[in-house]
Amino acid sequence: MEHFDVIVVGLGPAGLTACKTLAEKKLKVLGLDRKQEIGPPKRCAEGLGMAWFKRLNLKPNKEWAVQKVFGATLYSPNGKTVELKSGKLQGFVLERKIFEKHLAIEAAKKGAKIIVKSDVIEAKRENGLVVLKVNQGGEQKEFSCNLVIASDGIDSLVARQLGLNTANKLVDVDSGYQYEMTNISGCNEKHIHFFFGTDIAPRGYVWVFFKRPHTANVGIGIGGTQKETAKFYLDKFIASKPGLAKGSVIEVNAGVIPVGGFLDNMVKDNLMVAGDAAHHVDPVHGGGIGIAMEAGMLCAEVAAEAVKKKDFSEKFLSKYNSLWYETRGNELKKKLKVRHLLEQLSNEDFDYLAESVTIDDVLKIASADMNKKGKLILLGKKLVKRPGLAKIMLKFMG
Amino acid sequence: MGIKNNFQKCLYCGGCVGVCPVSAIKLNETRISIDNAKCIDCSACVLICPVGANELIQGLKE
Repeated sequence: MEHFDVIVVGLGPAGLTACKTLAEKKLKVLGLDRKQEIGPPKRCAEGLGMAWFKRLNLKPNKEWAVQKVFGATLYSPNGKTVELKSGKLQGFVLERKIFEKHLAIEAAKKGAKIIVKSDVIEAKRENGLVVLKVNQGGEQKEFSCNLVIASDGIDSLVARQLGLNTANKLVDVDSGYQYEMTNISGCNEKHIHFFFGTDIAPRGYVWVFFKRPHTANVGIGIGGTQKETAKFYLDKFIASKPGLAKGSVIEVNAGVIPVGGFLDNMVKDNLMVAGDAAHHVDPVHGGGIGIAMEAGMLCAEVAAEAVKKKDFSEKFLSKYNSLWYETRGNELKKKLKVRHLLEQLSNEDFDYLAESVTIDDVLKIASADMNKKGKLILLGKKLVKRPGLAKIMLKFMG
Repeated sequence: MGIKNNFQKCLYCGGCVGVCPVSAIKLNETRISIDNAKCIDCSACVLICPVGANELIQGLKE
């Protein structure tokens, strides 16, 4: 039985970043993916903001960073639009199937061993190690390791087998559905587009992210407990927009998005969890590529220390919890509050905000130059005609 | 009762696996397998499925 310092199960953005970071630190690392290919099928709108490129030290490459994004357009239920733009490059829409291959190549180049079509059948602890039984294209294999990093997505079962419950509550997830469409028109291709409204996307939104001329990811996320499916709402929306309805679908995607907050504890003896498996998603917009990659990196940092100290106990590994909270978790906790606020807004609230709050107001409220009192006064002036909305806002600011 | 997955509707995203409280569902590449002996008929996988591929039906527990 071959032994590794760390085995990473699930090779998406989190797992591949962990593999690469671990290999850079000269650890013996194996990455396993159940699928026949790194990358597809995507469960993702593929947007990544510029801040993440900086944080992750990623250089955009035109092979996979396929569309520059300069701004966002928000559409309120009654059709009023709000444009957020600054003239500067805000981010990219990625071609994830190429992006992830690129990450895998980088990880392998640094010395990580990567195997696809490898399904972990069983994970159990034995004499302080973890033994994985793996079905590799029909052949049974066994590997041992000191530490497992479970980055096997929303459908993670490996962490559950090692005693960490990664299951999601229905109220904490969104149901997502998406078409990659071509021959569409009617939207500024340099912007990403968000459509709001309880009839359009209950407890969520529809997005249009262009990837190439006339070609975009057109998708929807809705709350997990709706009567109709995500597909039902997206089909209805597309039928109502002539610029989309005339298009052709070249890919269909689905996915469930763990938007409702992350695992408080992401470690057990010999185990760390990262990415969708740990519910690492921005609670406001539902994006998770950058958050997952950062978590993969932090996991690897702590794993390397654990290997050095030969300590794989939950107690030692919980350094990853505190490091992650400090770096990202605390910020996301605040964003979770904003999510709960947004969930309470009615169609009329959205329409009112779109009509009465200007971009200048948004920038002022978001900036560090204005103190909390000033922000409250500004919001108060704007919301004087909608006391219900002001009440909701105040509740969440306190 | 028990859950039946319609593989012709299913896009094998694994979302149902993520909400199953008793780990009765597994995604094997392009196939969802359901262990109806473990299933507790909670319907979480029916409600969350983006394409309505899972159905709670009678008589799958034998």
